[in-house]
Amino acid sequence: MSSNLTLRAGVLSFVLFALFIAAWHIATRQIGAVANMDPEYAKLMGLTATTGKSAMPGPFDVAAKIWEHLKNPFYDRGPNDKGLGIQLAYSVGRVMLGYFIAVCVAIPTGFVIGMSPLMNKALNPFIQLMKPISPLAWMPLALYTIKDSAVSAIFVIFICSLWPMLINTAFGVASVRKEWLNVARTLEVRPLRKAFTVILPAAAPTILTGMRISIGIAWLVIVAAEMLVGGTGIGYFVWNEWNNLSIVNVIISILVIGLVGMLLDQALARVARFVTYPD
Amino acid sequence: MPQYMNEDRFISIEGIARRYPKAGGGETTIFDDLWFSMNRGEFSAIIGHSGCGKTTVLNILAGLELPDEGVAVVDGRAIEGPSLDRAVIFQSHALLPWRTVLGNVAFAVSSRWPDWSADKVRDQAMACIEKVGLKGSELKKPAELSGGMKQRVGIARALSIEPKILLMDEPFSALDALTRGTLQDEVRRICLETGQTAFMITHDVDEAIYLADKIVLMTNGPGAMVAEIVDNPLPRNRGRIDLHKQPDYYALRNHLIDFLVTRSRSFKDEIPETYSKRHPPIVRPTASTSSATDSTLSAA
Repeated sequence: MSSNLTLRAGVLSFVLFALFIAAWHIATRQIGAVANMDPEYAKLMGLTATTGKSAMPGPFDVAAKIWEHLKNPFYDRGPNDKGLGIQLAYSVGRVMLGYFIAVCVAIPTGFVIGMSPLMNKALNPFIQLMKPISPLAWMPLALYTIKDSAVSAIFVIFICSLWPMLINTAFGVASVRKEWLNVARTLEVRPLRKAFTVILPAAAPTILTGMRISIGIAWLVIVAAEMLVGGTGIGYFVWNEWNNLSIVNVIISILVIGLVGMLLDQALARVARFVTYPD
Repeated sequence: MPQYMNEDRFISIEGIARRYPKAGGGETTIFDDLWFSMNRGEFSAIIGHSGCGKTTVLNILAGLELPDEGVAVVDGRAIEGPSLDRAVIFQSHALLPWRTVLGNVAFAVSSRWPDWSADKVRDQAMACIEKVGLKGSELKKPAELSGGMKQRVGIARALSIEPKILLMDEPFSALDALTRGTLQDEVRRICLETGQTAFMITHDVDEAIYLADKIVLMTNGPGAMVAEIVDNPLPRNRGRIDLHKQPDYYALRNHLIDFLVTRSRSFKDEIPETYSKRHPPIVRPTASTSSATDSTLSAA
């Protein structure tokens, strides 16, 4: 029954995809109405005007370009012409670095906030105030203080990944069931052992949820941050290709950004499955 | 006359009180000036209606709560906090769901003996798992177990640290009648075999009659009191099957039921002159004592 459902869903997905490609192809195909005009003028106007060709690339143009990228993802022909693989590697690297620092800060701090009602009350106003700030708003301040655009981008990733992890860790730690804590108390478990053997595993699913939210936000933010910072990365690539008026590459970038974001999320979802306990 | 009152008082509750702040100011006294004691190797049960502070008494014995007045003394030392000498079997079993059965028991064992090698911890844990009849399920997670099996793990975990006292907070109340019966048998067997001192909260009269040597009757709260301590007249080798055939069974049962139904409420208004909070009367209802409600043997 469930395999039947999977099969039907797969078929439906494929049909929808095919319909989308077909619609896209029809919408961007050459209309063929060639205007009768002066050849000099036609040269100036380009194919769009002279042959009725849409400026929007069709699915086959995109597919061909993807194939080209796949064949050579890591070429480097100077600052404005790097392979898609290299650009992605820069972006993923920045996200990983900023995210990793945020994990190192958010989880211990979240533990402290979750375990101490005093700290919770004392820090709550700051967290509530900082949380809704768009991470990009930090960018000028980061550029001014850090004076390095690459590090500033990492800082922006750090600051945007911090809050969901911090809040979820604090919440997960604070809501560990009292009976489990009582078990630890009656067994005279020392605080550090209690933190690692009772509180951490109990709060792990909530913490992982926060980490998943954070990686999603970090990946959203890196594209915008790189558009601002420039130089390298997939965000810079999108903007650069827009300036080149290469819509094909813009579309490919969008696709690739979605793909990498999905992979990052799925990777954490897999980790989450390890620490989730049925209750 | 029961003689044990002046014998070795293994656990002694001496004038404890517990108060909570009331919503609109002031305090609610759950109980105050509460006195009773238990002997080594004895199985005591405390019976009373919800809200009379039974769980508070158990929490004080466990060290999870401290009394506002008075002390609880175990083996000559006042309780100041939780201790590995006193194991608790929780009503909700309180197993760690991310650990296996073995992992849950081993957690307790390695807390008790931090220096033990992993093998030794495992052996001790396995021995306790076998004792409660869960051999073969040691690698299952709690979610894969039935309610009765979970509570068996709770019992194994409590026994594994070889506590001086076993504290049980209505351990079987969430189980179906058949499972409850089997687990009562197991707990009784284990306690008799090892001479385990045990203290149990229950609201099941038959459970108290079957398991306990001594039944503490608590009146309704707030301001709950120990009305009396019932000395179980049934023979120590009593079995579940012939429990109701024991000559004193009905006298005892009627006495307990009568207490729960009427006297737990009315006791406060008709306190006997001889009553002393410090020495609650000890009662031994038997078939020969004429009326079950008026069989006080000793008032001090």
